[in-house]
Amino acid sequence: MKISQLKTTAAVAGILLPLAWSGTAWAQDAVNLRMTIWSANEAHLAMFNEIAEGFKATHPNVTVSFEPLPFDSYTTTLTTQIAGGNPPDLAWILETTAADFVNSGALAPLTDAFTATEGYDIADVSEQATALWTKDGQLYAYPFSTSPFAIFVNNDVIKAAGAKTPAELIAEDAWTWDNAFASAAAVGQSGKTGLVLRDFKYQVWQNMASIWNGWGASPWSADGKTCTFTDKAMVDAMTAIHKAIFTDKAMPGPGEDIDFFAGETGMTITQISRASLLPKENPFDWDLVPLPAGPVGHYAVVGQAGVGAFAASPNAATAVEFLAYMTNPENSQKLAQFFPPARASLLNAETLASTNPLLSAEQIDNVVIDGISTGSVLPGHTNFAQIQQTVRSSLDSLWVADADIPAVLQSVCDSVGPLLAR
Amino acid sequence: MTIAADTPRRKRPFWTIERRDAAAGYAFIAPQLIGIVTFVLFPLGLVFYYSLHEWNVLANTFNYVGAANYQMLLADKALPQVLLSSAVFSAGLVVLNMSLALLLAVLLDQKLKGITLFRTLFFSPVVVSLVAWTIVWSFLLQNNGGINGLLQLIGVEGPNWLRTPTTAMISVIVVQVFKNVGLNMILFLAALQGVPRELYEAARVDGAGRFKQFRRITLPLISPTILLTSIITIVGSLQVFAQIAVLTQGGPGMTTTVLVYYLYQQAFQFHFFGYGSTLSILLFVIVALLTFVQWQMRKRIVFYEN
Repeated sequence: MKISQLKTTAAVAGILLPLAWSGTAWAQDAVNLRMTIWSANEAHLAMFNEIAEGFKATHPNVTVSFEPLPFDSYTTTLTTQIAGGNPPDLAWILETTAADFVNSGALAPLTDAFTATEGYDIADVSEQATALWTKDGQLYAYPFSTSPFAIFVNNDVIKAAGAKTPAELIAEDAWTWDNAFASAAAVGQSGKTGLVLRDFKYQVWQNMASIWNGWGASPWSADGKTCTFTDKAMVDAMTAIHKAIFTDKAMPGPGEDIDFFAGETGMTITQISRASLLPKENPFDWDLVPLPAGPVGHYAVVGQAGVGAFAASPNAATAVEFLAYMTNPENSQKLAQFFPPARASLLNAETLASTNPLLSAEQIDNVVIDGISTGSVLPGHTNFAQIQQTVRSSLDSLWVADADIPAVLQSVCDSVGPLLAR
Repeated sequence: MTIAADTPRRKRPFWTIERRDAAAGYAFIAPQLIGIVTFVLFPLGLVFYYSLHEWNVLANTFNYVGAANYQMLLADKALPQVLLSSAVFSAGLVVLNMSLALLLAVLLDQKLKGITLFRTLFFSPVVVSLVAWTIVWSFLLQNNGGINGLLQLIGVEGPNWLRTPTTAMISVIVVQVFKNVGLNMILFLAALQGVPRELYEAARVDGAGRFKQFRRITLPLISPTILLTSIITIVGSLQVFAQIAVLTQGGPGMTTTVLVYYLYQQAFQFHFFGYGSTLSILLFVIVALLTFVQWQMRKRIVFYEN
């Protein structure tokens, strides 16, 4: 080696070694927690970062970063990260896949840590909300969002079509699916779009629970073992939905992607957390109403999101600590401005009114509080991804004008039955 | 033997000319070789290893199950439909892509002003991002999308392209053909320009018409390129994924669920990584067999000048 080369090497080493040294020293103390989430909403991220900053006050070495993943492929991306040996420390979990995550043993238990946290008051968290996320008395993920399905209304569009608005129907005590579909059909036949079941896209069929629960229908039995797509309630509900789409033009057909919040649609069924999408410029005359009554009467449906910590993470203990901080009474109130809370102490008109300035007292009372306290959660199951896909594939033949509804539903049970029975 | 032992030993240098040449040769192929071993052979071995295991990502269990995944493959009721969809897709794609590419190449093999512009135009989709290209087509093919809008202008009620079994398959094939036809077109164009002009002159003197010239001179002389493009196109068609994922998600029903998409569903959506690996071994065997058959056929149908 020439002298000049030696010099260069020594100089490079002189720069790099201290850097590497300080790097390792820094890495020993610091804990970086990563949480995967499915919201890229800036207001949501700002709030989470604020909570993470607050945690730094007591844990100066802990940095929490939030990684938004696309909603459509959220669970797939998450499990791929796990399979690739790069799991996050914390993750949001969808209600439909709750059974998979809770039963697998992938998540760290939370109950003891929460109980031991001063001022946490775990008794305040409603048992109804935690049922899906609990196994053998231990909580494995905290339901940070219990968001009722409701109907956002564009009164301008409905009035222009000469139909009755939901508010008028509610005042007449006639807010039923028959009348809701009739108003939507009037809009649909006027050339605009009547009613959009948001995120359904003829793929996410479980969102139809927000309609078919009104008929008392469900995809499978309570124990999850038997397919009930062929039950009379389901056949009736699907017949009503099919008629609304193909005969009455009350709902857009397959292959038509329409966004209610663009302002050209009469109504949309979605979760109230979507209120943040209401247009700020050129606002329309909007309303938020509960789901109409079905043949079985009044009902409510909620979608849940949980957040859990992965047991295999080397930082699992810190992650659980952060979770206890993030969902303590004080921070739960912050979360409540976007995500309807599971804490009984926050489920009152005053708290919710201060955190949801967009909603009127009446809307909070009728939709949020009533929905959360009476709603049943969207259907979920272990091995949900495969069941979802199998049902989706069989249901495709339902979405044509001349479908034989009972026969298609029979084919759904034929294909999904063996998966449920496992 | 004794003579050899008696002669004074001369120390042979280690670096003989042959060895030096060999070392240089290995050094030259080393980057490629290391790349193939790390990124092709090693993963391939891993996939085979995974296919003998049941891997539950969430529960973090990884158990040896022997041939269980291969037995599952034979018993899989959905697999015949998946293989049929793959075959229909590949056949449709190869026929349409190759004939369109050849037609375009023949049309563009002329000395006209501005012909480069047309060549660039037809080639440009090849360099466009695949997903961006497919997303634009998904808007066009929607029921209330651009294509049905155009059809409505001339009074035709278009089908719901991506939602009807037959049209969904046609749509994914055509979107893929338009994307990649430019590549085959350029290869054909290069081959066409390599055909000696005097052969056509001689044929004309002998009274051969244009079609006969094409069949008897052009086709045989570009047949090596036809073989190459057909291998590339078939192998590429078996690996189609993004178009299906964006346009149809395998639907309606299972009609556009081709093998790679089915493999993706099993491994990444249903988390059956072991079975997904088994399916990818099946895909590997199919591609290897098809390529072997085509390579064998070259002796019969491909014309080499020397």
